[in-house]
Amino acid sequence: MCLAIPGKIVELVPANNATAVVDVAGVRRRVDLGLLEKENPGIGDWVLIHVGFAMSKISEQDAAEQMKTLALLGESESAMQEVRGYGLTSEECGEGTLDPSPDAKGRPGCAQS
Amino acid sequence: MKFVDEFRNPALIHKTVEEIQRLTEPGRHYRLMEVCGGHTHAIYRFGLKDILPPNIELIHGPGCPVCVLPMGRIDDGLAIASRPNVIFSAFGDMMRVPGASGSPLEHKARGMDVRIVYSPSDAIKLAKANPDKHVMFFAIGFETTAPSTALTVMRARQEHLENFSVFCNHVTIIPAIRAILDSPDMRIGGFIGPGHVSTVIGCRPYEWIAANERKPIVVSGFEPLDLLQSILMLLRQLKAGEHKVENQYKRVVPWEGNIAALRAMAEVFELRPYFEWRGLGFISQSALRLRNEYAEWDSERRFAIPGIRVTDPKAAQCGEVLKGVLKPAQCKLFGKECTPEHPLGALMVSSEGSCAAYYSYEHRKTALATTAGTPA
Amino acid sequence: MSHGAGGNASRRLIEGLIAPILFPASTEPLGDAAHVDLNGRRVVITSDAFVVKPVRFPGGSIGELAVNGTVNDLAVSGAKAEALVVTLVLEAGLPTEVLRAEIEAIAQAADEAGIRIVGGDTKVVEHGKAESMYISTTGIGAPIPGIEINVASVRPNDKVLLSGPIGDHGVTILLARGELDLEATELCSDTRSVLPFVQAMANAAGSAIRWMRDPTRGGVATSLNELARDARLGIALEEEDIPVRDAVRGACELLGLDPLHIANEGQFLAVVAPEAAETILDAIRQVPGGDEARVIGEIKEQPAGAVLVKTRYGGTRIVDMLVGDPLPRIC
Repeated sequence: MCLAIPGKIVELVPANNATAVVDVAGVRRRVDLGLLEKENPGIGDWVLIHVGFAMSKISEQDAAEQMKTLALLGESESAMQEVRGYGLTSEECGEGTLDPSPDAKGRPGCAQS
Repeated sequence: MKFVDEFRNPALIHKTVEEIQRLTEPGRHYRLMEVCGGHTHAIYRFGLKDILPPNIELIHGPGCPVCVLPMGRIDDGLAIASRPNVIFSAFGDMMRVPGASGSPLEHKARGMDVRIVYSPSDAIKLAKANPDKHVMFFAIGFETTAPSTALTVMRARQEHLENFSVFCNHVTIIPAIRAILDSPDMRIGGFIGPGHVSTVIGCRPYEWIAANERKPIVVSGFEPLDLLQSILMLLRQLKAGEHKVENQYKRVVPWEGNIAALRAMAEVFELRPYFEWRGLGFISQSALRLRNEYAEWDSERRFAIPGIRVTDPKAAQCGEVLKGVLKPAQCKLFGKECTPEHPLGALMVSSEGSCAAYYSYEHRKTALATTAGTPA
Repeated sequence: MSHGAGGNASRRLIEGLIAPILFPASTEPLGDAAHVDLNGRRVVITSDAFVVKPVRFPGGSIGELAVNGTVNDLAVSGAKAEALVVTLVLEAGLPTEVLRAEIEAIAQAADEAGIRIVGGDTKVVEHGKAESMYISTTGIGAPIPGIEINVASVRPNDKVLLSGPIGDHGVTILLARGELDLEATELCSDTRSVLPFVQAMANAAGSAIRWMRDPTRGGVATSLNELARDARLGIALEEEDIPVRDAVRGACELLGLDPLHIANEGQFLAVVAPEAAETILDAIRQVPGGDEARVIGEIKEQPAGAVLVKTRYGGTRIVDMLVGDPLPRIC
């Protein structure tokens, strides 16, 4: 019901400490930071923009964790099947099997950008 | 685009869909409601139905503020703007929405001063640039948008801006969900929660759904991977027989919401005793109005409004579609009398409305595929 | 009044009101230009009116648009523009330097496109009765040898070609109006003559070109919907093959618009025989500014009359004609 888009803060407007210039793929607009108090957003931070207001500071860490979780989907299952094929139990399968980072086949890993 | 492109990664999408397929039990039908119109739009725009198992049915919920707005409110707003020296400002979404007397764009064609704004703060700029005119901002939206209006009204008061007022049509999502759950013909297994509303209200307000109604709810983002992951999380809960609130959209939604935004809303707004929702009828304590302290910026108190009521055509079955009892194409008017160019019912009004989204993105696809007997 | 914005409303105005009175006997689908037989010599004629606010914008102006728009309508109808008549409707009080700049823009664009201005008319209307200036141009052209365009020749499996990134013009204008307070320093209108591309295509494999159109108002979606309807065939596009610049995408995501609905002034679409697609693409890419041309989809039997977009991950959606102007949305 509400269109909101991530943008990167590229400038804090000095005359008004509650305003920032935010960049969305090369398009810039002044965005009101008045609804972000505790978050204390600064240059380089990403915020979610709705009707010209920053609604939330975007957590890179949570985004990366989500990607990691998704990259792991099914991996444990197939890894287990693979190890079972070798007659091993899952306990003997090391952490490395579940590594979500891109492998040689170019499989996607965590948030790359 | 960062935080957009990575959530459209095809390999991860396939993987997530595979996991969804693995989790769905054959013979079981899953009816999940996406509450938010933004989700409805995204589901169609990304063609997610094509890649989901057929026994997952997505029911489109009431979260489209344009759709649920009673037609008479548009006429009331236009009545104010038809006074001399009043500028009607609104988001682009409202421009083609018909009142009984026509849409804002049609009124513009007849000479009304109608302006599209991207932000409520742009309406303030408009007021400052036109000191001899009164700028009315036709405010719509759920809790995502209401704090921006609140802050704008607070600034108008600070700056003693006299030629500006807000025609407030802000609504709140929880009572609408409650109304749907209270309906006897409600048949929904779980909820995809509105991500952007939740940036403001957080995840706690949904806890009663999980606890009392014993339905799982997952607050979700809007990219394909967000929606698919949320569906996956719902399926996991359903499989385990659980019903809890989960936050899929952690990168944006804090569990507690946005305190500053809630405070701004509480400062400026109070709940209306009741408000009419198109398609759902009157719902108590489901909408906001300006507090007495801000009466000077309240268009409804500053100008007498006619209080127009327009009933929808009886044949329109918007309520049934909203509750998931009917699919859009099962309504008698769908695609015939009621189309996006000439909407009769609530859900055809905005591109977020389930009927309009279905009409634009899906309906010819399925209709043509069926008649041809081959997949499109 | 949404009848001028391209798309469905314009089409209804033309087909519902204008065409039945003016061309009652015509059974042919509406094209960009008319082919007329003058004592055994075939000429192609087209007319267009230009209303744009602001009259100057990054990358162009109304004067340049008025020339290129007509040159392009002729080009995609398989004709080389030869002569142009220009009519100006001016608002009283328009500063002379604004007018001079547009006349110079007209002269320069005509020079670049190799077309002669052979006449015109000027009217001045009261202040407030027009928005600074409107221009109408009528162009006459000669068929480019080797091209025979006919929508009835479009076949399933034919390839759909697009000359370059979409939406630059429409987004530039939207931003240049200043109402949205958005800025994109790197973005400018794509206005240009597409004639050199069409000539290169004609030389390479003219007989393989089935259909062409310049997707101006209403965008690629509207042009292709018209094709699908006229040809009674389906069109399947690959979303990831449609070139869109970052700033256009950013603005569209921010404003809730679909780049496929945004106007272009220097791009064209072509449907070509599949076996000639690569040859034709190579020919376009040889022309300066043609390096981003690509195949974006193909013609299908089904869904007849509709345009389907396939996403990278296997989802599909119907892309409809635009209803009225593209309006920014917040929901």
